[in-house]
This record gives sequence, C-alpha cells and structure tokens, in this order.
Amino acid sequence: MNIDLKNLTITKAHDSLMKGDYTAVDLVQAYLNEIKKKDNEIHAYLEVYADVLDQAKKADEIIKSGKAGLLTGIPISIKDNILIKGRKVSAGSKILENYTATYDATVIEKLKKEGVVFLGRTNMDEFAMGGSTENSAYGPTKNPIDTERVPGGSSGGAVASVASNEALAALGSDTGGSIRQPASFCGLVGLKTTYGMISRYGLMAMGSSLDQIGPIAKTVEDTEILFNVIKGNDSKDSTSLKIFPRKEKTDAKKIKMKIGVPYDFLKVDGIDKDVLSSFKESIEKLQKLGHEIVKIELPNLKYSLAVYYVIVPAEVSSNMARYDGMRFGKKVSGENGIEDYFLSREKGLGKEVKRRIILGTYVLSAGYYDAYYNKANLVRGLIRDDYKKAFEKVDVIITPTAPNVAFKIGEKVSDPLQMYLEDIFTVPINLAGVPAISVPSGFKTINGKKMPIGLQFVANHSCENVLFEISKNFLCE
Amino acid sequence: MLEIKDIEKLATLARIKLTDKEKTSILNEIDPILGYVAQLKEISGKMSDSKKAGEHRNVTRLDEDKTKSGFHTKALIDEMPDSENNYLKVKKIL
Repeated sequence: MNIDLKNLTITKAHDSLMKGDYTAVDLVQAYLNEIKKKDNEIHAYLEVYADVLDQAKKADEIIKSGKAGLLTGIPISIKDNILIKGRKVSAGSKILENYTATYDATVIEKLKKEGVVFLGRTNMDEFAMGGSTENSAYGPTKNPIDTERVPGGSSGGAVASVASNEALAALGSDTGGSIRQPASFCGLVGLKTTYGMISRYGLMAMGSSLDQIGPIAKTVEDTEILFNVIKGNDSKDSTSLKIFPRKEKTDAKKIKMKIGVPYDFLKVDGIDKDVLSSFKESIEKLQKLGHEIVKIELPNLKYSLAVYYVIVPAEVSSNMARYDGMRFGKKVSGENGIEDYFLSREKGLGKEVKRRIILGTYVLSAGYYDAYYNKANLVRGLIRDDYKKAFEKVDVIITPTAPNVAFKIGEKVSDPLQMYLEDIFTVPINLAGVPAISVPSGFKTINGKKMPIGLQFVANHSCENVLFEISKNFLCE
Repeated sequence: MLEIKDIEKLATLARIKLTDKEKTSILNEIDPILGYVAQLKEISGKMSDSKKAGEHRNVTRLDEDKTKSGFHTKALIDEMPDSENNYLKVKKIL
C-alpha cells in the first residue's frame, strides 16, 4: 500500500478511509514505517505506543459501523506533557521517567471519542521550558529540513513528527510560543488559542497563567478541525472559558480585513533581514488580496520579555514544587525526609528547570516581590490594554513568528538570555491571552537548505475564526 | 549583584541540592537575566496598582465528591515511590 503521506491532510485521509481506498490499519502502518525509517535520526518520539495497530483496528470497526467522524482513524502524536491514562508520560524529564498517567486529559478524552489513533508521545524541552528541544533530558530532536538545526521548541518533537511525515497532526502546548515557533521553524501551521479556550485538565502545568494546549498540522483546515474537537468549557479546569458568541467581533466572513502592523515593534535588535523582507512580501501579498494594512502602535510590547521572564519563573517555582520524590516520580533516598527532597530534585531536574526555579524563588521572595513580580503584573496589564486598543481599529495583527529561522543545535545553549530573546514576537500574545496562529510564509536558503519562515496572525479574544479565515485566504487554501 | 551565598540560600528555599559548578553557572546566568528584567522599573514607576492584568473572578463549584471511594486508589498508590498497606511511606519526621 503506497500512501502519499507528504501531501496527506486530515480531510484527504478521512475521504480515503470512508471510500475504502485504504484502512486505518494501512494508514497507521504507513506512518509506523516512516517512524522506523527516520526517527532514529530525527528523534521526534520518546515512545511509539505498542498498541498503535490495535487502536487502528478499533477505528476501522467504527468506520465499518458507519459512525466515523472526521478524526476517526487519524494518526496523531501527543506532546509528552499531556496525560493519557495508563501510558507513560514524562514531560521530557528524568524526574518522571517511569511515571504512568492515572487519568485522561480532557483533550485526550475528546479525541478518544472521535476514534483518533495515538501514535506516541513526542519529545520536548523539559517541562516545556525552552525553545529548541535541547533541554529534553532524553536528547534533542532534529529539524527534519536540516538535521544540524533545532526544530524549535518546546513542542519540537510534536512539530518534527508532522514535518517528517511521522504523524498526520499533533497536539502541543504553548506558554510563550512553544507551538508557533517550532511550527514556523519547520514550515507548518500552529495555533495558540485564547487563554481558557481549550481545557488544560491533564496538561502538566508550567506557567499557569499562560499555558494553552493547541494543534499543529500541515494546513489551516486541519488545524481548525482539531481545534473544533478539543475546544470548549470544562468544569475540571477553573480557567476554562464559558464561550459566549461575540457577534460584533467575529465577522470573519468579510472578505476585506483591516490588518494592523506594529512597525515600531519590528525594530527590535536581532531580527534577521531575510525574515524582515519575507514579512514585507507577506504584507504586499495581503494587500493584493484586497486587505487594508493599518499602521498600529503597541508601545508596551517591548517590555514583554522582561514581564515574561519574571512571571514564568515565578509560576514555575510554584508548579515544580510538587516534584519532590514523595508521592510520585523519581525518589532518591537520603539520610532523612528533607534530604530526600534535595536529592530527588537534584537528580531528577535539569539545568534550565533548576535555573528557573531559583530565579522564581528570587523574584517571589520577600523584599523583591514588589520590585519584580508585582511590577511585571502591572506591565502585563498595559500590554493587554495595548491589544485592546489596537483591536478597536483592526481585525487582525501580523508580525513574523520568530526573529530568525531555525538555529544550529548547540548554537545558543550557553546563553539563556539569547535563547529567551528568540521569543520576542510570540510571548506578548500569551501575556495578553489572545489567540494567534503561525503559518508558513517564506524561506531563507542556507547552504542549499530552504529553512522556513513563519507569519503570525493575532486576533482578539475568542476570535479564532478570524485567524482561520485570514490565514486560509493568505495561503490560498 | 547576587553572590554565591545568595544562590545557596535560594536553593535551600527551593529544596534543591546544587553542585559548586551549578551554583557558579546559575549565578553567571541569572545576573544578566535580572539586569534585563530591570527595565520594568523604568516604566512601572508611573503606574498605579489599579492596572493589574486580567479580570480576576471567583470560579466556584459544589463541594461534592463525584468519584466513588477507592476508584483511583490503586493507580495512585502504584505511582508512589514507597508505600505500605495502602499508605504512602515517608521517613520519620520527629
């Protein structure tokens, strides 16, 4: 059975499954073959589940019974921080090396109902802290387009699995760009939804006021299909939104949109000139499609990274307190109870996690709390207000997704601040809680390799439909 | 400027043992990060506290236990590094 995985989408696969061109077992076997062929080098997966073909057989039964949905039999990879009951899940950390999930995340429950096939769990920066997947305790993932380069992160394994045709689509999580930046680095579509749009029950927390689960796929349409299945209010997640239709804001069907460009914000240091010129081409393309480009100002966005790197370590130091070797996870025994904590955390946690815990402990400690954490929250309010004002004038805002194309493995490991600066365009979106999508918009050719560049569309709260509409229009889907 | 003894104190508060090498490298990395985030001070002097991010609201639910007693017990105890007769086993505290 020869299936063209490179050009396969969820809708195409669904049609073929329904017509009987091939079965879910054939489809899944094709992906398993690719994994076997490529994943030794790419290292997208931490584990490929042993029962993948059994899951596919069940999906085939659903299809035969005539009860199949769009996602029945579709092979998807899951980031290693989302819980599937009875399966191992480690968040890319040694401290959870032998941990088995005791319940299903809400998104998993929803996908199971659809008859999705879970191929395996994908590599990531430890507890989602990083932008290159080099912080995984299990070794880095490689960019399928150029294996000397990073796939981005922290959902690097998720994105690499789709980019190398080792999965049809993937779920990742995004705290400051962890879906959009790797999607940009690997030429895929990645969505960070409105804060509270998708339940986080069963997602391991990193920065709780920022984390969101989201889909990664080859097309906007596939991304939208996954989004529609996993979104929605959940009583098990207290930050989950009750979705009210916002008619006045959701006029996505209108053909001409007002697109805001924050020109001043694009003058940040360190933005690659090819990324900038590709961005200018994208602007021209959108104008040709009939949209109106409006210059907007987001004056406080330049403080985003400073805010982010106070709030995230603060939330990390609180969230990581549960990994102490007592109730679950790795335990290293010491002389007494308290030493068990110190040793378990020493052996179980990696460098970036320790660095953020120490930094978070510092910014939350008495005497510094006001100077750092409180100030950061105040400025976060200003950033939100910037977006609020901008969305009174425009439907959608565009920026590049990342200031550079995928960098080389090892290039930025020794300088965490440099690594943090790569998040400049993605972080403000999480701080404001608005939704954003990254779509492929161009290439920069380096040594004969076409490294992808991404374009980021940002919309107002709960206006994901605007993002789907404009990005489909942009990509001529 | 932080010093090694500050890092040691923070590590103790965070219940993490660090090697001497880790202490030095964390110290060298945290200083530029704190230098970078210090730009918050230049802007926020002008602001009042009323500008907090997000509209906080209470989310409540009924205080009821929908799970049958014992339903999750085995799965949770299986994950414990050390247990005895359905109890989590820890070292003597007093």
